[in-house]
Amino acid sequence: MPERTLVQAVRDALYEEMEREDRVCVLGQDVGLKGGVFKATEGLQLRFGANRVMDMPLAESSIAAVAQGLALEGFRPVAEMQFADYSYPAFNQIVNEIAKVRYRSNGDFSCPLVIRAPTGGGVRGALYHSQSPEAFYCHVPGLKVVLPSTPADAKGLLKAAIRDPDPVIFLEPKKLYRAERQDLAEGDAALLPLGSAAVVRQGRDLTAITYGYMRAVTMQAAARLSTDGIEVEVIDLRTLRPWDVESCVHSIQKTGRVAVVYEANRTGGFGAEIAAELAERCFASLDAPVSRIASPDVPAMPFSPALEHAFMLNPDKVADGLRRVARY
Amino acid sequence: MLRARALDDRRFVLNRAGKLAFIISPRGHEVAQVAAIAALQPGRDRFCLYYRNFAAALACGFTSEELMLAAFARAADPSSGGRQTPGNFGSRRRGVVIGSSTVGPQIPKAAGIGLALKWRGEGALCFVSFGEGATSQGDFHEGLNFAALHQCPVIFFCENNHWAISVPQALQVAGPGVAERAAAYGISGTRVVGDDFFAVHAAVAEAAQRARSGGGPTLIEAEVLRLQSHSTDDDQRAYRDPAELAAEALKDPIPRMRDALIARGWLSPQADQAMRDDVNREVEKATEAAEAAPEPEPGSLGRHVYADA
Repeated sequence: MPERTLVQAVRDALYEEMEREDRVCVLGQDVGLKGGVFKATEGLQLRFGANRVMDMPLAESSIAAVAQGLALEGFRPVAEMQFADYSYPAFNQIVNEIAKVRYRSNGDFSCPLVIRAPTGGGVRGALYHSQSPEAFYCHVPGLKVVLPSTPADAKGLLKAAIRDPDPVIFLEPKKLYRAERQDLAEGDAALLPLGSAAVVRQGRDLTAITYGYMRAVTMQAAARLSTDGIEVEVIDLRTLRPWDVESCVHSIQKTGRVAVVYEANRTGGFGAEIAAELAERCFASLDAPVSRIASPDVPAMPFSPALEHAFMLNPDKVADGLRRVARY
Repeated sequence: MLRARALDDRRFVLNRAGKLAFIISPRGHEVAQVAAIAALQPGRDRFCLYYRNFAAALACGFTSEELMLAAFARAADPSSGGRQTPGNFGSRRRGVVIGSSTVGPQIPKAAGIGLALKWRGEGALCFVSFGEGATSQGDFHEGLNFAALHQCPVIFFCENNHWAISVPQALQVAGPGVAERAAAYGISGTRVVGDDFFAVHAAVAEAAQRARSGGGPTLIEAEVLRLQSHSTDDDQRAYRDPAELAAEALKDPIPRMRDALIARGWLSPQADQAMRDDVNREVEKATEAAEAAPEPEPGSLGRHVYADA
C-alpha cells in the first residue's frame, strides 16, 4: 500500500471512484491539465478525458449549478471550489437550490453531488485563502458536511461522499495537504462511512472535541497537559453534519469536562453548536462549563506572519484553554 | 390557454375569498408559453420553468386538478406536496425540473442539464424560462456563457413583460433588450412578439432543431404583457400608468388568438364557446376536488430532508 499525503489521498479517491463508476465526473477551475492548484486532480484528465474532468469558467455559481444539472440527470459530479472562501458566489446555488432539491420536490428529485474545497489557514493565505466557512453549510438541512484531517480519513470519506445519495460539502484543510503520509487502503476497503467520529487520544480528565487542522494542534496541546498529569481525550469529528453526538456524550460521561477546539471565528462557529448540544445532553455529567477554544472574531486571517500567528490557534493557546477547563 | 386563464381567474377569486394564500398569475403570458411548449416534446425534453409558467406547466402535462392541489397546498400536489408556493413546478416523469422561488438559478442549472443531455446524445434538449428581471442576475450570464462554450442543447426563453414587480425595463435592462445579448456569447438570439402564437412556435421550433442537431443554445426573447399584478400580494395600479394599463387590457392575447382563429376559419364561435364551457366545468371539478383533498400530515414535516428520512 502506497504512502500518500492528504491531497494525494483526495486524488486517489477521485481516481478510484471514476474507475469504478462512469457517472462520476469532476469539474472546477484548473482541474484539467494543471491538475488543480493543489494537485488534487493531477493526472485525472489524461486518464478520463476533458468531459469527465472539465475545466470550468471562473464562475463558482455556475460550477455549482452545472454540477447540480449533471446530478439531476443521474451523473455523480464532484465540483471543486478553488478555495472555500470562493464558494460564496455559489451560496445561493448550494443553499437554496442543491440543498433543497429533495425537500422541495417532496422526494421526487435528488441531487447527489460533492463540492470539494480547501479550507482553513496557516499557509500565509491571508483574508481570502484562509477562511473556515463550515458553519454556514452546517446550518443547512439537506447538506452533509465533511472535514477530514488525515489522508486515510480523507480518502475513505471522499469515496463515501461520492457514493452518498445526498449533496456533501467536503472541506479539506489545506494546511494538512502535505503534512503527513499514510498507508492507504484501496477500493472498497478504504471506505469510511460519514457521521462517525474517531477517538484519537484516550484520556480520563477532559474531552477535547475538534476537527480538521485543529486535531493536530489539539494533540500537541494534549501531550503538554499529559506532562502535567492531565489526560485529555481527543475526539476528531471528521463529519460535521451529521456529527457523532453519541461518541462525544460517551466521552464526557467519563471525563466530566469538555472543550471544543475549532479554527473558525468563535461567534456562531460550528463549535458553538457542538457546545450547545453537549451542554443540553451532558449537564448532569459536567464538572465545568462547556468551553470553546476558537479563533478571534476578526473578519479573517491577515497576511502578515505576525498577525497570522496572532489569529491562529496553536498548541500553547489550546493548552491554556484546556488547562482552564481542567482546573475549573 | 383557456384552461390556464379559467384556472387563474378562479384562483384569484379564491385568493380574495381568503382560501388561497398566494398566486402568481400568467395573465398575458399564456399564448407565448403554450406556443413555446407546443414546439417541444414533453416527456423527452427537460423543462426548467419559473414561477409565472402556469400555462406552460399545463402544456407540459400538469392537470387542472394538480395545479389546484398546489394552489391549496395539499398533500397530493405533485410538485412539492404543498411545500412550495404554487408556481414552483416539478415532475420527474414529465421532465419538469423542480424549481425554486429565487430568480435566475435555473439558468446555469439548465446549462448543466444541457451538458448531460449532450453527453447522452439522444437529441433531447433543455428549455429554461425566466423573466427579464432574471437577466440582471449573474447566473444569466454564467448560464449562457457555459451553454455557449459547450454548445449545450438549451433554449433560453425570456418572457419579457417589461416589469419586474414595480421596476420597469428602462431601469432593468441596459441596451436595446435581452435578445441582443446572445451576440456576446456567439449564439443565436431572436426577439418575437409573444402574443403571436405562430411566431413564438416557429422561433422555438427553430431553436429546438438547432439544439437537437448539435447547433448549440438559442436565446429567445418573447415580448409579452403583464395583465395582472406581479402576484396577489402586489397591486400594479400603485406604480403603473392607468392609461397604459387600460390600453394593455385591450391587447389581451387570448381574445386576439380566438379572433385570429375564427378569422382564418379554424375555429367557430360555437366551438370556442363549447371549449370554454368544458374548461369551466373542469375548473369547477378541479377546485372542488383540491379543496376537499387532505392537507399534508404535520408528521411529514421532516421527510425528504435526506434520502433516509
